[in-house]
Amino acid sequence: MTRYVGPILAIAWKDIVLETRTKDIIVAVFAFSLLVIVVFNFAIDPTPRTIGLVAPGILWIAFVFGGVLGLNRSFTLEKDNGNIHALMVAPVSREVIFFGKTLSSLIFMLVVELITLPVFAMLFNFSLEVAELLPVALLATLGIVTVGSVFSSMAVNTRAREVMLPLLFLPVALPAVIAAVEISGSVLAGDGMFSNAEWLAVLAAFDAIFLVVCPVAFNAIVED
Amino acid sequence: MTDAIPSGPAIDVQGVSKAFGRSIALNKIDLRVRWGEVLAIFGANGSGKTTLIKVLATLSKPDAGMVGIGGLDPRRDGPYARRLIGVLTHDPLLYDDLTARENLRFAARMFGIDNAGERIEAVADKLDVASRLDQRAGTLSHGWKKRFSLARALLHDPPILLMDEPESGLDDQALTGLGDLLREESERRRTVVLTTHNFERGIEFSDEVAILAKGRMVYRESTSRVGGADTLRQTYGQLIQ
Repeated sequence: MTRYVGPILAIAWKDIVLETRTKDIIVAVFAFSLLVIVVFNFAIDPTPRTIGLVAPGILWIAFVFGGVLGLNRSFTLEKDNGNIHALMVAPVSREVIFFGKTLSSLIFMLVVELITLPVFAMLFNFSLEVAELLPVALLATLGIVTVGSVFSSMAVNTRAREVMLPLLFLPVALPAVIAAVEISGSVLAGDGMFSNAEWLAVLAAFDAIFLVVCPVAFNAIVED
Repeated sequence: MTDAIPSGPAIDVQGVSKAFGRSIALNKIDLRVRWGEVLAIFGANGSGKTTLIKVLATLSKPDAGMVGIGGLDPRRDGPYARRLIGVLTHDPLLYDDLTARENLRFAARMFGIDNAGERIEAVADKLDVASRLDQRAGTLSHGWKKRFSLARALLHDPPILLMDEPESGLDDQALTGLGDLLREESERRRTVVLTTHNFERGIEFSDEVAILAKGRMVYRESTSRVGGADTLRQTYGQLIQ
């Protein structure tokens, strides 16, 4: 187990150190997510009824589209100077590389979500029940970055990588996004996440399936 | 270096082919390299040298044929095969925003090296790069990046070293150092496969030479029987026509 965990943590550590120096991912994703929330806050009539209907969708639009920026950057970093080969020459399976990159993307997205949620609560007049969104955010973000990482590794080899990633990734991530919106709606309405057990099951199944499928797909993508 | 060297050849390539679309990079290549042998491969641009190094380094999958690294099949035992290999490619494989030391420490963690700090110092001393260990890789010149790239390749003390045009971008002093290193590694029975355009250095560094032309291995000879750089250059000129 150590031979898997050590390199996975090493890759995540490396990405975190690089991010603390360049601030390429977190700043861009946070700025984008914040902009989406602020723009929608001004664009819609913030009555309690409309807010209850649209706020969960706005929140996940901000997270997912912001996440696309971060996921794009994650593998661009490896493409520059051929650094993906620095990972590939290591005596670890390709799956380990995939999980390392997914872990760092998960950490970056969760950090952005943790900063964005209080702003969202303030602008849309939600009380601290947004804290109950954290388990939902964790489950949904895990699924989103898992799928996003594999498509990012694919899109990075194309010329129009910034365009290709959302085109490839969003249709596949849609079930996780819909489930996250539905569960978030229940939480923000004060019903709790378990009141929406069907969508919770969808989200858990999405994560389980893609945590198995994506590393295998990555293995095939990463070697030319 | 790994003490228990397996029996059989260090590198055993049989009928390996690789194409990118309609462009054939490697065409039914056969190659055997003994333990401790230094093989220099010459070839024109686009002859398949880099692709061959990538296939040997398990960075690229052959379309056909079989590759054996220390008796292991990289398709089945990729991580174990990669543990036997150190790779120096055209790209430095260094993260610009990490210092050279951080880059080496990251490589050490990926290779599961326990005494990473000591090992980094030892390799840095050997390659005379210790003075720049704490400099960010992005601020290093091409030559220094190449040296640190070589340090990364040697960090886990691999019995097989693959080098794609190692002399490119190095100044005279660094080239002398590279020559000394290759001689030393050969004495330590480290197997080295290097590609180069430079006949003099290729002959100087190696025990055997080979020529790749249009993806085919068209020549293989012991350095002692080549008859010098000029003769090899003539042979090369005839074979790549």
